Amino acid sequence: MAEIHVIISSCDRNVGIATALRRKPVLVNFTSKLEQTMADEDEVKLFGMWASPYSRRVELALKLKGIPYEYVEEDLSSKSCLLLKYNPVHQKIPVLVHNGKPIAESLVILEYIDETWTNNPILPQDPYDRAMARFWAKFIDEKLLMTTRKASVASGKEKEQAIEEITEQLKLLESELQGKEYFSGPSIGYLDIVASVLVFWFGNLQEALGVDMFTKEKFPIIFGWIGKVAEIDAVEVCRIPKEKHLEYIRTRLEAFKSASK
Amino acid sequence: MADELVLLDFWPSPFGMRVRIALAEKGIKHEYREEDLRNKSALLLQMNPVHKKIPVLIHNGKPVCESLIQVQYIDEVWHDQAPLLPSDPYQRAIARFWADFVDKKIYELGRKIWTTKGEEQETGKKEFIECLKLLEGELGDKPYFGGENLGYVDVVLVPFYSWFLAYEKCGNFSIEAECPKLIAWAQRCLQKESVSKSLPDQEKVYGFVLQLKKIFGIE
Repeated sequence: MAEIHVIISSCDRNVGIATALRRKPVLVNFTSKLEQTMADEDEVKLFGMWASPYSRRVELALKLKGIPYEYVEEDLSSKSCLLLKYNPVHQKIPVLVHNGKPIAESLVILEYIDETWTNNPILPQDPYDRAMARFWAKFIDEKLLMTTRKASVASGKEKEQAIEEITEQLKLLESELQGKEYFSGPSIGYLDIVASVLVFWFGNLQEALGVDMFTKEKFPIIFGWIGKVAEIDAVEVCRIPKEKHLEYIRTRLEAFKSASK
Repeated sequence: MADELVLLDFWPSPFGMRVRIALAEKGIKHEYREEDLRNKSALLLQMNPVHKKIPVLIHNGKPVCESLIQVQYIDEVWHDQAPLLPSDPYQRAIARFWADFVDKKIYELGRKIWTTKGEEQETGKKEFIECLKLLEGELGDKPYFGGENLGYVDVVLVPFYSWFLAYEKCGNFSIEAECPKLIAWAQRCLQKESVSKSLPDQEKVYGFVLQLKKIFGIE
């Protein structure tokens, strides 16, 4: 008996063996378009900004999980109606919109991504390890990046003090990385994604500020990690064009200085 | 193996209260240790070398720091009893968003109210009420932020209720007049033993704030 190939349409969710002839079951090859349709229907949009490390880290998570998304670049000096609609509370990027439902705050978005697309998990399974990952992510955002912001706009003794604080904070991260391939262990994960701000953004900022404290000599382990992470394809999404970034930082600092006069 | 749980805490800390409520909600046996923040114990400094702050939750000798992280940890380890975070990822994201909002705004604005005066204080009061109104909007008609039962956001926010009298007296305003729904929600939470046993009396907190103002020379 000839084999009969049957294409089951996307409406047909049942997979089975079709009996074409009374006495013998027939092998059925079919193409279910269902899975493809579902993937197409999953609409993921990211409202971001090219110079924001918070925005870039969300893109990195999406890339690592192979999640297709539409990127919407926001002009922060003239925020779109959609951004204000999706994040009325903070009116900031990044905002992830999944099938029309918005999620704001980059660390909240990262956890949402991990819980919704469970392939290539970025957070560890063990609750204690998860608590540690969250602790250091919070440390990076609330200590390191806050102090970095302070250092950017300060001058004189205040700037010196802030830079000293940053050095101490980086030393803590350096020891956290000791003996590990990545912050998350043998492979890249949540904490590396959060720390990805160190891979391109941090160095650019240092150069724009004319500071030279974030060096391979002072932080060999972090720089070793940067080298490894930068080789991962997906991490390319975090690369912020250097000259454009330097120009952007300088312009913003000028604007800040004139505003505070 | 019996679980050994120690909570290093300080009675007026709203961050410590969050952990107390979470442990009580789930009926988790633990040892409570009061810290003197002017004379921090060697254990505290050893268990939280980075921030040297309370609360610290020590589970079988391993420390967990930062209150939101502690509450999530408790929820994940003792996941069968009284779940605090919802199971749906989007609802979880909403809960985490609002918990983050409370952390970013309420403590700092409340602090502004009792440590400053004049225009700075007025700005603090205005922003504080605006934030509470946003939270009222999120609560909507639900009995709790967690829906029918106490949830993550309830646990994160309700400790600040114990500081409301202090804010009101220092700021000379009425929170209830501006946010009656939120006060009703807080009082509903206090009906639960896990909350009422974890929150100190508002008068006691006010007394503590007055002491602090004296120590720091704040009028």
